Amino acid sequence: MYGNAYIDPNEKAAGILAGEDMQKLAEFEARIARGEKIEPKDWMPKEYRKQLIRMIEQHAHSEIIGALPEGTWITRAPGFKRKLALMAKVQDEVGHGQLLYSAAETLGKSREAMINDLITGKSKYSNVFNYPAFTWADACVIAWLIDAGAIINQVANAKGSYGPYCRALDRICTEESFHLKYGHDNVVTLATGTPVQRKMVQEALNRWWPPIMHFFGPSDKISNHTEILMRWKVKMATNDDMRQQFLNMYVPKIWDLGLTVPDAKLSKNEETGKWEYTEPDWDEFKRVINGDGPCNAERLAVRRNAEERGRWVREALNTSESKYMVPFA
Amino acid sequence: MIKSLDPRVTRAEIELDNAIEPLKEMDQWETFEVFHQKRRGDQHMHVGIVHAPNAEMAILFAKEQYGRRGLSVNIWVVKTRDVFTTDYDDSDIFETVPEKQYREAGGYKVMDKINKYKKSVKA
Repeated sequence: MYGNAYIDPNEKAAGILAGEDMQKLAEFEARIARGEKIEPKDWMPKEYRKQLIRMIEQHAHSEIIGALPEGTWITRAPGFKRKLALMAKVQDEVGHGQLLYSAAETLGKSREAMINDLITGKSKYSNVFNYPAFTWADACVIAWLIDAGAIINQVANAKGSYGPYCRALDRICTEESFHLKYGHDNVVTLATGTPVQRKMVQEALNRWWPPIMHFFGPSDKISNHTEILMRWKVKMATNDDMRQQFLNMYVPKIWDLGLTVPDAKLSKNEETGKWEYTEPDWDEFKRVINGDGPCNAERLAVRRNAEERGRWVREALNTSESKYMVPFA
Repeated sequence: MIKSLDPRVTRAEIELDNAIEPLKEMDQWETFEVFHQKRRGDQHMHVGIVHAPNAEMAILFAKEQYGRRGLSVNIWVVKTRDVFTTDYDDSDIFETVPEKQYREAGGYKVMDKINKYKKSVKA
């Protein structure tokens, strides 16, 4: 039952809650069921803390690494206005990373530890950013459709239970709406342009479609813990539901432009209201997320380089009277 | 050396295999709480934190992080460790008497008395 702390010993979740104070767990779940937020110093189950750190940290890393494929085209954006806009977008993404690292550190993992886990490859980030942006059109497709996917995910998570994450996401979602409009504008410009431009944007869409279908993660049938994380409002929608929502909102907009989606099976089943599609290649997804994608090594090398070459500046600015304290909110 | 699609990355001459020392504690400095005022006359609002080595840098980062779009006229920063707070666990300190009408405007209704008085004077 929703918000009920009773643990069925047969439930897969039982192991997750082993050793928790059942009284406190019941109060915690009741608070969430009432729609109240959890704040950093509140009691929380170990698994709640662990999953939130994992999730928010990965989200932060994705913002930072996501700036790389998009940043690829800053020097060659067509025209001054688009260059300004792309720089603003990339700066926003890095700013989102900062907001999210801040939210994650309220749970007790330092920003240094998170960055170390990123640059050694221990922590993951969104798999889509392990793919290259070959042309300007790739950057446009990322700005429109990857950001669209991110917004669906973030709007859902902004209604979650952890206060600092929700506050960061509210701020992020406002800025993402600019990214989406900007990306759409770019794609529309190419799709309504010359035959060469249309070809370029269609080819970019063909390249990005499989990573976009991977974006929401494997079907929840294979995901662990989903049920309990949804009760705790850590996870707000299943991966499949978010993918359906994305298809429902954006496939018609893609078709409006006379572009095709490289999946012959893609269609909406009018009876069920669900989209049917070719199952994404989850073996490739796993292979890439575990390090063997086209750009994984470059992305992390670039991050390490930035950390290393900036280190002396950070050290020079540090003073002995500095003292870290976990932020409150 | 990385040959990247991004000319900036290629120019930076980065080795692919460039293992580095892990970041040490305090590498990212301490945190400052940021208060942002949108327009003159508004209250400053707490908007979040920045990591910074000192107050001047905190202002600089806060301006980039919280004031790069929309309205801004003023920012305050204060070290997180200089902020004193109450605990959520102690939120019962805000409980007094259940009925607080006596300290609110709505707790005072005089029109009935005035109207009654006016009637009685007329009569």
